Amino acid sequence: MTKSRIIGGLFAALLVGGAGVIFALTWRPPMAAIDPPSARTFDADLVRRGRELAAVGNCSDCHTTRRGPNFAGGLPVPTPFGTIFSSNITPDPETGIGRWSEEAFRRAMRSGVDRGGRHLYPTFPYDHFTHVSDEDDRALYAYLMTREPVQAPLRDNRLSFPYNQRILIAGWKLLFLRRDAYQPDPGKSAEWNRGAYLVEGLAHCGACHTPRNGLGAERATATFAGGDVDNWQAYALNAQSPSPVPWNEDALYAYLCGGWHPDHGTARGPMAEVVSNLSSIPAGDVRAIATYMAGVFGAPTPDRQRQGEAVLAQAKSESTVASEPVSEGAAIYAAACATCHESGRAPPYGGINLAFSTAISAPDPRNLANIVLSGVRPVEGERSPIMPGFAASMDDGQIASLLKYLRSHVSKQPAWSGVSEIVEEARRTQTAFLQTAAGPRNAPADPSQRDQP
Amino acid sequence: MMTLRVNGYEYEVDAEPDTPLLYVLRDDLKLNAAKYGCGLGQCGACTVMVDGKAVLSCVTPLVLLEGKRVTTLEGLGTVSEPAPIQRAFMEEQAAQCGYCIAGMMMRAQALLQRNPKASDDDIRAELAPHLCRCGTHMRILRAVHRAARLMDTAELSPSDQRGAQ
Repeated sequence: MTKSRIIGGLFAALLVGGAGVIFALTWRPPMAAIDPPSARTFDADLVRRGRELAAVGNCSDCHTTRRGPNFAGGLPVPTPFGTIFSSNITPDPETGIGRWSEEAFRRAMRSGVDRGGRHLYPTFPYDHFTHVSDEDDRALYAYLMTREPVQAPLRDNRLSFPYNQRILIAGWKLLFLRRDAYQPDPGKSAEWNRGAYLVEGLAHCGACHTPRNGLGAERATATFAGGDVDNWQAYALNAQSPSPVPWNEDALYAYLCGGWHPDHGTARGPMAEVVSNLSSIPAGDVRAIATYMAGVFGAPTPDRQRQGEAVLAQAKSESTVASEPVSEGAAIYAAACATCHESGRAPPYGGINLAFSTAISAPDPRNLANIVLSGVRPVEGERSPIMPGFAASMDDGQIASLLKYLRSHVSKQPAWSGVSEIVEEARRTQTAFLQTAAGPRNAPADPSQRDQP
Repeated sequence: MMTLRVNGYEYEVDAEPDTPLLYVLRDDLKLNAAKYGCGLGQCGACTVMVDGKAVLSCVTPLVLLEGKRVTTLEGLGTVSEPAPIQRAFMEEQAAQCGYCIAGMMMRAQALLQRNPKASDDDIRAELAPHLCRCGTHMRILRAVHRAARLMDTAELSPSDQRGAQ
């Protein structure tokens, strides 16, 4: 045997071995299709629990299109890599999950693999759902399998090469999917631990509020430091929070239950759907989330506490309308905004005093531009905050002057850069967002369904 | 003093820049089609068009209207020469008390100018911000569809063209 043949043989063995390793790491077996189980085979209490859990997970938000049937999927989710469409999670046997066993459902939640063995894109946040307990997965499965089946075929993702190669997802999982079950911290209260389990798992708060790296994974060194979703800024929820008045547990609880707080304003954009869902779950779970998140925010520094108290005191006293508007932005604020935002009517039905606005103190003006353009839509059939949008009556230049005025006059933060470009971009994306995102009509939060499975 | 362009005419208006457009239309220009409903931009009765887009005139101060074109229902057609949207609402008898209808027509007009083939869902979504406490919702829907057909087939009168500019 010559030396070259030995090397050649070794090389071939390595190649075969390597291919075997790659195969083992990426291939997942399909799971057997089942006959769709009848809704009557599921225990009513389990289904009810599943409904609450689906609300914690905010499932309807991504899996329902505007004016589309609940959980039938098809929502385009923009990512830096292309557009991914959400899937149909109704129990339709052909286009939904009707033929999925509970085991297949649990595997999808745990490790992001569908019944047929395909790797799922992590827009489905299984990096969080992997922490959900078997018991909770069972309840979620029971809830979804008892919904109305809807025939709605999967829409093809719009991804370019190489992102359209699902084999890459297996590599992503090796790098970023930590499948360890949630470990309670015995040094903390039961409530804190319950909150940690929900926030880090099913509620997947970090999916929006934690910044992502170049490969689209949450940055482990920057948890809750603020992220992006649908061209909205998901604010930092740690010590870097831009909120003028520091958050505390009671404020978080009230905000997450009711969708607003007098010192912080109203949930809007993608967060409106989250609180709409949270309003329908047991108060104890919301309290647990608030307890845990208050710890993430941390106690404010004395300096920050003082600033918050100053804002509260100032908001109670003076009017912020300049007596003689000196700029276009000031004139627009006085004419179009102050009539509600300084009306003195109690929130949430009167406009919030803008000194409390996190949008105006935020690192960039995206959210403020979005809210001026689109306003706050009312929730159907419920008393709810409302603000008219100004997309049709203000042009981009007028909105940019208004934003610059608010930043310099209301916030203590340095001026924003690139305001005009951000307003133009906001107008483009808000139009798309309003056409595709689910409206405030949200299945689990529908009051008529609150006490039913 | 500012110049306000309404229905193709220019008016010199003596009002503060924070005056809502609705007040100027009704009180100064005597254009009473746009109605005062809530005054907070929540009911839609005051809707007019600005540069072809539906706008709530009660929360639109004059300061925003420099150099823009305002169109009210009066600018679309007259009693003797109604615009397609007005004819359609009359033919479908879509008004009951009628207070909300001028606003509904203006937003429907803006929708059809933007999307002449608006579907039932499009119309429902577009008109959702308009409150109506009477009982003609289905007729209003039919009227907007009829207006779309009329616009597609009828010759536009000069007044329509002005409204749709």
